Amino acid sequence: MYEKDGEKYFVVDGHIHFWDASPENTTNKYGEGFIKCFYDYHKNLSPEEYVWPFEKYRKYSEEDMMHDLFEIGYVDIAILQPTYLTDFYNKGFNTTESDGRVKAKHPDKFILNSSFEPRRGEVGLQEFQAKHDKYGFKGVKLYTAEWHEDSKGWKLDDYWSLMHLDKCMELGVKNIHVHKGPTIWPLNRDAFDVADVDRVASMYPDLNFIVEHVGLPRLEDFCWIGTQEPNVYGGLAVAMPFIYAKPRYFGQIIGELLYWIGEDKLLFASDYALWQPKWLVEMFVDYAYPTDAEFDDYAEITPDIKRKILGLNAAALYDLEVPEELQLVTADQGTGPVASEPHQPA
Amino acid sequence: MPTRNEVLDALSGVRDPELDEPVTDLGFVSELKIEGDAVGVRLRLPTYFCAPNFAYLMVADARDAVLSVPGVRRASVLLDDHYASEELNAHEAFEEAFPGETEGPDLEELRTTFRRKSFVSRQEKLCRALLAEGSSPRELAAMRLGEVPPSGAFATYLDRRAELGVDVSPGAPLVVDPDGRRVPEEAVVEHLRFAKTVRVSIEGNASLCRGLLETRYVGERGVGERPEREEATA
Repeated sequence: MYEKDGEKYFVVDGHIHFWDASPENTTNKYGEGFIKCFYDYHKNLSPEEYVWPFEKYRKYSEEDMMHDLFEIGYVDIAILQPTYLTDFYNKGFNTTESDGRVKAKHPDKFILNSSFEPRRGEVGLQEFQAKHDKYGFKGVKLYTAEWHEDSKGWKLDDYWSLMHLDKCMELGVKNIHVHKGPTIWPLNRDAFDVADVDRVASMYPDLNFIVEHVGLPRLEDFCWIGTQEPNVYGGLAVAMPFIYAKPRYFGQIIGELLYWIGEDKLLFASDYALWQPKWLVEMFVDYAYPTDAEFDDYAEITPDIKRKILGLNAAALYDLEVPEELQLVTADQGTGPVASEPHQPA
Repeated sequence: MPTRNEVLDALSGVRDPELDEPVTDLGFVSELKIEGDAVGVRLRLPTYFCAPNFAYLMVADARDAVLSVPGVRRASVLLDDHYASEELNAHEAFEEAFPGETEGPDLEELRTTFRRKSFVSRQEKLCRALLAEGSSPRELAAMRLGEVPPSGAFATYLDRRAELGVDVSPGAPLVVDPDGRRVPEEAVVEHLRFAKTVRVSIEGNASLCRGLLETRYVGERGVGERPEREEATA
């Protein structure tokens, strides 16, 4: 919970990791390149006092994480989103199993999500069922650019992906977090294209598709499908830290998202340990658009809109109980996200 | 013998297809060597995992650009510090660098997708400036290219428009979609509203990539690198 100027905010961190990229766990040059790339994002977009030494960044402790999220970071509940990368890291970068151990120790602090691997076909489906039997999750995080043997990625509407989405329906796994990356099959296509999200969102109207980092670098494509599909949401991981390093760009992104997707469909996330929720929450609550003409198209981000983004929208997707004092203040806006018509251009 | 300025000028015509800025301005050229009729160029990118298809396009375009300079007979363009450096540096064709990982040999469809995005973005920039100077959306809808006052934004818009094969004659309408179809008056505001989203996306990506490159190569300026352009506040 965060409180400022008499306003209170329930905070759900929609995307966090408990990763291990230590040299011992790193399999090859790709794993080495991956964590270095993550570190550049961390270093480039964080305030200096929040930049970690590279060694700590590769592998941080559970105490570090509990401290940064819950003791100083204002987070009420955080969603563990596994990212397997088993072709890069011996035991995986962070998996349902490793995340599950943290969840078991702090059951009230975390939501544990899982994942599936469509390229394992029928075997993958059985493994997914077994994982669900054990952990009973409500959401999955899918990284379509994940390398698997000879494959450099997959699409959500591939046959075996659809088989897994059917399974999600059957098991009540209703929140599908989609993370696009730089590679896919075939390699000559745009890997960041979100058209496959559009297709599966139409095919599975009862599943929620949360597009991580709001489709960046394809913000425009994401905004477009967000207006077409009522069950498409935007996760703000990676977009949030621009608030410090590139505040104008942050304003443009959030302005565009609020305009096209609407305030009920956006979820705060730090992507910890890429960035830390403490400064993101503080700066977001303080945020106001610059005053020049570029921002004339955008309506003010009110405290209630910030409340929805920081926690209430995620709380609705994951059926979390929110204390009365942290609900929306403006009575006529209801107590949580409602399906609203996308704002149509004038 | 080709001069450094000639080669640099040719390289400045190579754009990152996704960011719509010259690879020189972005700091992607880390080395330029000229020995007689042979030119050696080294490229670098903001991350180890930048999309390999865009990386390939920049390498291939840089090679073509260098070879177009009079007096250049041999050109070597190498990509450093990328997960696919080895593959890309050893093969001239994309599908040979990644056997079995492509569908169809060429990247023209990808290139066209991003030319269209940049067309929309450049048009929005130009129209935004015209609106700020007092034109109404209705006037923009009726405006023909011959009536647009000259400006840098107009020139870059026309370049891209011509590349897409859209009519650039003075009588052609200003506000058209990437297929060259005139946008009707009642749809102009909505058309430009979405075009703004495209521009925000491209400019934001470019700004992020510049930042990541700077973090990755602290203190190592690129050949012909230019600092980030001032953001338009008009």
